[in-house]
Amino acid sequence: MEHTVSVRGVDVQANGASLRRRDGMILNRISQGIFVVLGLFVLYVLGRALLQNPSVFIQQVMNGLQLGFIYALIALGYTMIYGIVKLINFAHGDVFMVGAFTSFYTIGTLELHRWLTWVAPGMPEGLATVVGTFTVILASMVISAALAVVVERFAYRPLRNKPRIAALITAVGVSFFLEYFGALPFAYTNNYITYPRPFEVAVYSAGKVSPVLMAAMWTIFVVALVIYGIFFVRGKRGDARAKLILRHPLLSFGLQFGGFLAVVLTLAGIRIETGGKVWDLSASNVTLVIMSASILLQVVLQYIVNNTRLGKAMRAAAYDKPAARLMGINVDGVITATFALGGGLAGAGGVLYATAYKQVHHLMGIIPGLKAFVAAVVGGIGSIPGAFVGSLIMGQTEVLAAGFISTPMRDAIAFSLLIIVLLVWPQGIFGEPPAEKV
Amino acid sequence: MVEQRPSERVRLSGRGQPQKLLKKPGVLFVGGGLLFFALVQALLQFDVLNNFWRGIIFWGAAITMVALGLNLIYGFCGQFSLGQYGFYAIGSYTAADVTWRWTHSDPSGIVVVLFGSLLVLLFYIGVSRLLGAFFRVNVMTRFTFFVIATIVALAITVRFLVPSLGPVVTGVLEGLPSDVSDRIVFFLALLGGAAFAGIASFLFGIPVLELGSDYFGIATLGFTVIIKVLLDNTDTILPFPEMKGARGMIGIPMWTTWPWVFASLVLVVVVMRNLLHSSTGRAIVSVREDERAAQLVGIDVATSKVLAFVIGSVFAGLAGGIRAHDLAFLHPQNFNFIQSFNPLIIVVFGGLGSMTGTILAGFVWIFLLEGVLRLYLPAGFETWRFVVYPLVLLLMMLLRPEGLMGRYEMPFLRKKLPQLRPGVATVGDTGDTESSSGDVGANGEVVA
Repeated sequence: MEHTVSVRGVDVQANGASLRRRDGMILNRISQGIFVVLGLFVLYVLGRALLQNPSVFIQQVMNGLQLGFIYALIALGYTMIYGIVKLINFAHGDVFMVGAFTSFYTIGTLELHRWLTWVAPGMPEGLATVVGTFTVILASMVISAALAVVVERFAYRPLRNKPRIAALITAVGVSFFLEYFGALPFAYTNNYITYPRPFEVAVYSAGKVSPVLMAAMWTIFVVALVIYGIFFVRGKRGDARAKLILRHPLLSFGLQFGGFLAVVLTLAGIRIETGGKVWDLSASNVTLVIMSASILLQVVLQYIVNNTRLGKAMRAAAYDKPAARLMGINVDGVITATFALGGGLAGAGGVLYATAYKQVHHLMGIIPGLKAFVAAVVGGIGSIPGAFVGSLIMGQTEVLAAGFISTPMRDAIAFSLLIIVLLVWPQGIFGEPPAEKV
Repeated sequence: MVEQRPSERVRLSGRGQPQKLLKKPGVLFVGGGLLFFALVQALLQFDVLNNFWRGIIFWGAAITMVALGLNLIYGFCGQFSLGQYGFYAIGSYTAADVTWRWTHSDPSGIVVVLFGSLLVLLFYIGVSRLLGAFFRVNVMTRFTFFVIATIVALAITVRFLVPSLGPVVTGVLEGLPSDVSDRIVFFLALLGGAAFAGIASFLFGIPVLELGSDYFGIATLGFTVIIKVLLDNTDTILPFPEMKGARGMIGIPMWTTWPWVFASLVLVVVVMRNLLHSSTGRAIVSVREDERAAQLVGIDVATSKVLAFVIGSVFAGLAGGIRAHDLAFLHPQNFNFIQSFNPLIIVVFGGLGSMTGTILAGFVWIFLLEGVLRLYLPAGFETWRFVVYPLVLLLMMLLRPEGLMGRYEMPFLRKKLPQLRPGVATVGDTGDTESSSGDVGANGEVVA
């Protein structure tokens, strides 16, 4: 009896029977072709929409940007927590909800957003509002961070050495608890509640954008870009310090903040009329606040993770917990800090989300939380820039899908994106391939 | 995994006695099952249990089937899935649509689920033979070809088979007494729901099962959300006006009776038990223990995963049909992703990889959460149910993370394993799912 095992199209002979297997690459090409055609079709639909009415399309992109920046705030917490404890923290979306409700109470009951006018009645209105808004956001961040730490301490820490599924079920339990405790009549009740914004909405469109602001943003962007360029070239020539400066948080803040705001303000500020088509976009101050807060917090987080001792400890704990412990790192403390940071970001996201959509509800955290998690996965879980980029992609997908493909299917399309990305890049866009475990 | 050593296998299967058809655990199982069946049937017959409790029992059975399916996928095959409710939804909507159409004298549902499924199966065989003739076929290609096959088969069914076979089916069923024909239709509807859930899980499983642990969980969560959105839009995006989208489907005949429920549950339990006791089942469990090692001993890991996933989803689809015809009302909100944690919680409560635990936990969970708490909490405290239940969940996870029953199985479901050498700790076949490499290594050393 002859056994010949073939690898590349050679006859296989087993028990005298012979069968010939052909190269399947042609089939692979066919299926790839089908997927490419489908992708091109989606691009065609979007491109047609862009050409037919560029103004509406760009407006949708800006809306998507706003949503994406909110998702980014939630996704950063998800990605950090997953990176360190490898736990899908389902309660994170509810921390976000609690952040929104905290601001609902601080604004509605305590009127904390007006505290500067009590202290110093002569204050200019604008300054009082800005300071008040920051106070409200900060208060929500603190409360949410505290909640996240409490949850970690009492629900997750006792299960650190138990099977992971136990912690996951606990996360689901905590999530349910926060949601349905919130639904109780003496808590938030289960109604949709109108949210009092900490500041009045102002819509910037052509003529209303202050040229000074626009010029300032462009200046920040251009200066940051020039500095970046200089040090990039010097770094290429072998200057080690230049490479360090390239990663300076102020520089990346200037680049992102200046860039995004300058583009959005410019788009909103110009008005063109050509052949019956009017290019007249608008951006609200909510969008601008969301963008700047999100960029700021993300840069601060990057700074903490990359440049501080805590960040170093976090990275070490994420890499190898036992080894980090052996090196004298207080891993439990680091995990607590991670939860606090993540919770704080989620709380800020909650305030901004409620400000943008003017509604709070005890289940409001579920879907944004899930989508932010999906965004973190799309970007590559465990990576902070990944979470940021993934969230922006997620926001665009959702808004463009709702606007130009099918409105009721927006959630389905957003989650299909997840499945597609997982199939194409299983580790996400910025993710690192998992270490080979043998 | 525990290795079966030949000498012990011989000693165990023999013991000098011929193989008996009736063994004590089997007799006990059948006897106990019949007793349970008779008891509930009698209670229902004499109206001791009112409609509320009847619903609770039926619901418990349905959710137990769903959870058993998940236990096969997660507890035994190690694939963390949150998509079980998606397949449950597919099963219930399919079955409900078939009977709804039949009661509105439209046989197309029956034709589609019966002949359509058969055609899809035929096409699948063809496609797998086709793909088998090639090497280096990647996952996306397999997926694409199977999707195309499904679409073509269903299109052929709807376009050609429904007009030609519809009158035949109606003629045959009309010829029977309406009592019998209703039962046949119900049977076909249940079958169809299970088959469609199986088809969906097969198509979804081919690419996604490649992903492994957490990513697979997230993708299945996405699947649940997608199914929920599709159900919300059945009348606008999908061509099923009778499902009424987000308003909920009404007019489903209430055909579920206790014999149907019990028969389905027993079918699920027995199929799962026999599967797990077969060599295929051992392959599935070995995938959970260590994928790489399983591959090295020649187990087709991908096929084992898909098999476990499809069978688990078929169970969920079957349960969906049962539940739909008991409730007579389907709403997309019943299948949202929050609900999809229910089977997971039941499985973990009962003990991962313990069928007994799942069965017990499924009934107890519904009995307590939907029965006792709903009835006996004072008015106005209904919302407290979902506050109390996560707290119980948390306490349970803190105090007994391995589940109520841990690894216990009742004798009929227990797999007989050879005794290990004396002095060695016994390792059950339902090992820890979180295959920490330390444990496996230790076992390996012990066996070697």
